[in-house]
Parts: sequence; structure tokens; C-alpha cells
Amino acid sequence: MNLRHNLEEAGNLAILAARAFRGMIAPPYEKGLWLGQMDQIGVRSLGVAGVTTVFTGMVLALQTAFSLPAIGVKYYMGAVVSKSLVRELGPVLTALIVGGRIGAGMTAELGTMKVTEQIDALRGMAVDPVKKLVVPKLVATLIMLPALTILGDALGILGGLVVAVLQLGLAPGFYLNDVLDSLTLGDVCSGVGKTFFFAYFIAIIGCYNGLKSEGGADGVGRATTNTVVLSSILVLVSDTILTKLFYLLT
Amino acid sequence: MTDALFEIRGLEKSYGDRKILAGIDFDVRRGECLVILGRSGIGKSVMLRQLNGLDAPDAGEVRFDGLQVSGLSERALFPLRRRIGMLFQGGALFDSMDIFDNIAFPLREHTSLSETEIESTVRAKLALVGLEGIEEKMPSELSGGMKKRAALARSLALDPEAMLFDEPTTGLDPITSATIGRLIHSIQEDLGVTSVVVTHDVALARRIGDRLAFLDEGRFVFLGDWQEADASGPRALADFLTGREEIAHAA
Repeated sequence: MNLRHNLEEAGNLAILAARAFRGMIAPPYEKGLWLGQMDQIGVRSLGVAGVTTVFTGMVLALQTAFSLPAIGVKYYMGAVVSKSLVRELGPVLTALIVGGRIGAGMTAELGTMKVTEQIDALRGMAVDPVKKLVVPKLVATLIMLPALTILGDALGILGGLVVAVLQLGLAPGFYLNDVLDSLTLGDVCSGVGKTFFFAYFIAIIGCYNGLKSEGGADGVGRATTNTVVLSSILVLVSDTILTKLFYLLT
Repeated sequence: MTDALFEIRGLEKSYGDRKILAGIDFDVRRGECLVILGRSGIGKSVMLRQLNGLDAPDAGEVRFDGLQVSGLSERALFPLRRRIGMLFQGGALFDSMDIFDNIAFPLREHTSLSETEIESTVRAKLALVGLEGIEEKMPSELSGGMKKRAALARSLALDPEAMLFDEPTTGLDPITSATIGRLIHSIQEDLGVTSVVVTHDVALARRIGDRLAFLDEGRFVFLGDWQEADASGPRALADFLTGREEIAHAA
């Protein structure tokens, strides 16, 4: 892997990102395909997103209470759990877990189509694979990842509530009041805002690796692994930059 | 209007250091069936993919009906590709759709036909390839030969002026291969479709080809009719047609 190869890959990825963006804003809008992908990407990820964030909220509450008992942090449990989840853990964990699932799925689907010449068949029939295959996945991810994150945030806060009530003996109203008092619109915008960037990275990397797959099942397998690794790294690296950016803006 | 539907001049294509096509010139005449023969891995499919712009050449040009194919953007190629059908080696049916939707796909994309008209067109195309009654089957439920015929029906959906066939009989038994050969011949004869067939199946080539080209080491070492090929073709072609090289290798 030399520098020239990596630069070429980055360039091709940027070209696909730009073509997909242009395909997304230019008519015709294939709403049927978009809805199908929203079901595939969003609705079918509800379970994994829910489990991830509920247990994260519960663990967050337990760790906070047990790590810092002396300063009475349990009385700020609602604030600690909700701020941590909404600003950071909800968006990042949802992007990592759901992104791994849907990014890998996109690569496997498009990669299989590539190695069985179905992508070439589309091109041969004068149909643009980016418009027909990439754009619906991108649109669906851009809509469903933020939606899953908001839902995950809510479920995570409820997970924290369970621990706060059953383990720490707090009143549910006390915990929820603390959540509502501490959370600001800026927190929500910062957390959800990041997910649009994560969604773009996950969808474009998933589709790009699929479209350049070569060499049969082995090649598709390698491409799928690359997608999970690369999209996870990009989510974590971009999260650092976006967190700094959103703190400056809000 | 010239006699040639495809005009190929000085075509070159390399992958890495390996030169696959080293300056190829030929015409495909309107209404004919040109068969491109050559050993496996010699670059026949690469050659075929230049004709509808699926691959771009490193040098040289391809023209279809007088219009430039090589060097055009993907979008600029679309009007040309609607006039050129292609049958891929594995059929390349969309495995997420049933056979009806596969064949209806290009019609829905490029025509304003009503669903009723699309339905009758799909049935007509399936009847043309002898596959009535399989509209609701998924590609995974079909045999290799049926997949090829269904894919052929799909590639004929827009009534193309030219058809490109990439190894149409690979992996098929002799009876099914003969059926595919008969279909290719009838498409050319009855519908007047110009055909370019890439194959290493000599029996098929003899059955359907008006002329043949033999690709060897990046060049067409022979281009002519069967009479010339049998009477005065180069040694490499004679060996290929009789299978002598394989016998020599085996020995």
C-alpha cells in the first residue's frame, strides 16, 4: 500500500461522495427505493440500537454512582447519564454498532452484485448504479441513523432510570427532572448533528468498498471487513473534530 | 449510412504491465454475426466491453453507427447503450428481483409503457427465448441455461440494434448450448440484430458465425469467413479449431 495508491483511493471515495450528493439532490427521486432502504437500514436496526443504548445507560449510571460515591454524584445521575448519552455515547455507539451492521450489509450486497456482473448489467442497460443503488442507501442512512440515535438516547436515559430507581433508590420523578433541567437544545443538536456526518461516512464507505470489490467471495469478504474497520475509525476520528466544532458553535 | 455498425481502430488496453489489446482494427457489418475466438484469458471479454463503453481503451477509438463510443462520459454513453444489448457470461440477472421484474426493469427505466404493455412485452420476450410461465420465479430457482435465456430476454427488452454476447455457452451442456446457439442465430436472422459473440466454443462459433476473428497475443491474427479460415487460416487458428494445441500440451 503506497502513498499513491492511498491517495487514489481517497480521491475515488471523494468522487463517489460528490456523485452521490449530486444524485441525491437531482430529480428523479426514487422514493420507493428510499423507503425500502429505510426499512432495511433503520427499522431492522432498531433492536441492536435499542439494546446497545439501554445497557450503556444502565452501565453509565452504575459506574458513575459506584466510582464517585463520596461527592454524592447519585443526586446528579439524570444529568450525568443524559449529558453523556446525548452529547457523546448515544451518537458514537449507535454509529459504531448500527454503522458496522449497515455498512457491512451495503458492501456485501454491492460487492456481490459487482462480482456477478449485475453492476455492469445496470450500466449496460444505461442505468446509473450510483443513482439506483448508492443514493437510496445514502438517503436512508442520513434519515435513519439520526432517528435511531434519538431513539437510542431516550432508551439509554430510561436504562439509567432503571438503575437509579432500583439500585440507587432515587425517585423516578427526581431523576427525570434532573434530565430535563440539565439537557439543553445545544446538547441535542450537537449529538444528533454529528450523526449526519457519521451517516454520510458509513454509507459512502460501505458503497465504495462494495462497488470496487473484485475476485469473488474472498474479495467481497475482504471489502466487508475493510468497511467495518474504516467506517469505525472515521466515526471515532471525526467525532473528535466534530465535538470540538460543536462546542465552539453551541 | 456505412455498411459497418461498429468501427474499431487502433484499440489498445493494458492491465498493469500486461498488454491485453495491442492495436486492433476491425468493423462489424450491419446484420452480421461476428464471432471472436481465442483461448481463455486472452482478452476477448475485455475486447467486447470496449464496444459499449463498459471499459475504456487506453488508445484507439470505437464508433457505433458513426457515433463515438470511446472517450465519452458514463452519462453520455447512455443513449448508445440503449441501442446495444449485452448478454453477460453468468447472465447477471438481478437476484433480488423475480424474472418478470428483471425483464421489465429496462422497460420501466427507459420507456413510458403502461404496466399492461410492459406485461405483454415481458411475456413476448420470454416466449421468444422459449421460457413461458417462469415470470414469478427468482433467478436462484433457474438452471444455468434458463438463466442465460432469461438474461437474453432481458437484453432484448428494448429491441436493440446490436447484441454483445460474452461466452454465452460457458458452463452449459451441449444440448443447452445448441439451444442458445439457435436463439442467437434466430435473433440475428429474424430480428436483424447485429451480433458480436465472444466464445471459445468452436461448435457454437461454426453454427452462428458469418465471420470470425481470432485473438492471439493482443491482435486479431485472422479476420474472415469460415471458408478462408479453414483453407488458409494461420497455424494458431488451425490449432485452436482442431484442439491440436491442447493435445500437444496434454502430451
